[in-house]
Amino acid sequence: MNKIMLKTLTAIFVLGSAFNLFAAESNSITIKGSTTVLPIAQRTAEEFMKKNSSINISVQGGGSSVGITSIIDGTTDIADSSRPIKDKELDKAVSMGVSPKANVVAMDGIAVIVNPSNTINNMTKQQISNIYIGKTSNWSNLGGSSGKIVVISRDNASGTFEGFTEKALDKQRTRPDALSQASNQAVVQTVSSTPGAIGYIGLGYISDKVKSVTVNGVECTKETVLSGEYLLARPLFMYTNGRPKGVVKDYLDFVLSAEGQSLIEKEGYVGLK
Amino acid sequence: MRKSHIIENIYKYIFTVLAFSCLVFLVGISVILFKEGLPIFREVSFFDFIFGKLWYPTYDPPDFGIFPLIMASIWVTAGALFICVPLGVGSALFIHEAASLRQKSILKPVIEILAGIPSIVYGFFGMVIVAPILQKVFNLPVGLTALTGSVMLGIMATPTVCSIAEDALAYVPRSFREASLALGANRWQTLIKVTMPAAGSGISTAIILGMSRAVGETMTVLMVCGGAAVVPKSFFDPVRPMTATIAAEMGEAVIGSSHYHALFGIGMILFLITLVFNATAEGISRRFRLKLGIGR
Repeated sequence: MNKIMLKTLTAIFVLGSAFNLFAAESNSITIKGSTTVLPIAQRTAEEFMKKNSSINISVQGGGSSVGITSIIDGTTDIADSSRPIKDKELDKAVSMGVSPKANVVAMDGIAVIVNPSNTINNMTKQQISNIYIGKTSNWSNLGGSSGKIVVISRDNASGTFEGFTEKALDKQRTRPDALSQASNQAVVQTVSSTPGAIGYIGLGYISDKVKSVTVNGVECTKETVLSGEYLLARPLFMYTNGRPKGVVKDYLDFVLSAEGQSLIEKEGYVGLK
Repeated sequence: MRKSHIIENIYKYIFTVLAFSCLVFLVGISVILFKEGLPIFREVSFFDFIFGKLWYPTYDPPDFGIFPLIMASIWVTAGALFICVPLGVGSALFIHEAASLRQKSILKPVIEILAGIPSIVYGFFGMVIVAPILQKVFNLPVGLTALTGSVMLGIMATPTVCSIAEDALAYVPRSFREASLALGANRWQTLIKVTMPAAGSGISTAIILGMSRAVGETMTVLMVCGGAAVVPKSFFDPVRPMTATIAAEMGEAVIGSSHYHALFGIGMILFLITLVFNATAEGISRRFRLKLGIGR
């Protein structure tokens, strides 16, 4: 009985690998990882597939860690990540014979926004962090006119939330009574209609309806994000195993081309050029 | 004769299969829900999951307490009842008792259209129109609150309550009313003393199904309730109902992670709540039909 099962399993396994081999030859790319990079991957993959109808790209989320784990165990061609690879992960990769190569595809800049009626124009990182973790609750503590601060955050699983938590709050917990909104647009809508509100959004979503404050005296713009002056910014990566080759290289070249970069800017991120 | 017989049988089987496919869906959904939801209790105890006050699913270490989410759903649903019961039952009484044929022919389709509006449209309306109004009227720091959610859900549940309550009133046999009027009672007395008590359990069913509609509504509460995962202290606080949490986080939760199982866990609790509501409604309506002698 066991022997039969073993044989069946082997057969399935062999068949499965055969299919994998077949799939690899038929120009398909798998992309997995960070939810922050997900919109970039989706948008560029769609465009790329329109141009090259023979190539099939499957894009999945899951988070940076999932992406990097997948590139190490070989279940993905490209790993999206919103953070550089950790030493531990690198050690594991080397021991598995994988050499992850970082390809920076865009920058993520997170703007802190308040209602246009707010008199405050600049905040320090410390002040922002105090507001979000619950130490500061009134605008008068920051030199503004007295009023309750309505703290607006993003839902727990979003990439912008993750980036903000890392860069502005040093991974401390957001106060539980912060309002959580499901999209950048919803944050803009709420901040624009709420005088005492503070929120954060991807750089590309800044509009006239809200006021973007300077952080430690630096305005959130494409230039300050690219130069590294602006604090709440981070590079976004697409990791490959070794130098990108074949269709994966074609795809990454497209992402980094002027057209790919303009798609990225349309999604609210900062292009590299 | 024989041929038509065969065809008839074929139709019978086709429709039997179609009808029972519902059962397959229900069983399938329950199985998946429990299979994906139960593993969360390896991470946290059932008690800590239900009564834990902190919902921080993506931090390290995470907290999976859904008490604020359950309370939010309860508050918003209770608030919605204050709006949909008077509106729904009131309109049902009017349509059934006092409306002229012409009024009826306008009101019924209008209420049906209200039921057909997609919930995202209600959500958008609530976010852009109702929330700023409530914010101004009550002088609140922010317009996205439990109250806003209640108002929107109340409006959304009204058609459900109204049409089922109206059915219940229609089931009351004519003879009941005629007997009352023949004894000299006026229409108001007949309505209050005869029709309403006879239709009472049917109306209760309507209210419970309205509740079940409100507690399960997702898109609207996601958009208008604010989304703060704290136990609400008043109707003017932003809240985060269970459905909104699942909708906001499921897309980005890692499949197979504790966060993913916790979201299924919330779905499981929600499923049990609506199951209790629907079973109660079914039980009451069965008793109601027996009481009026109209069979099952």
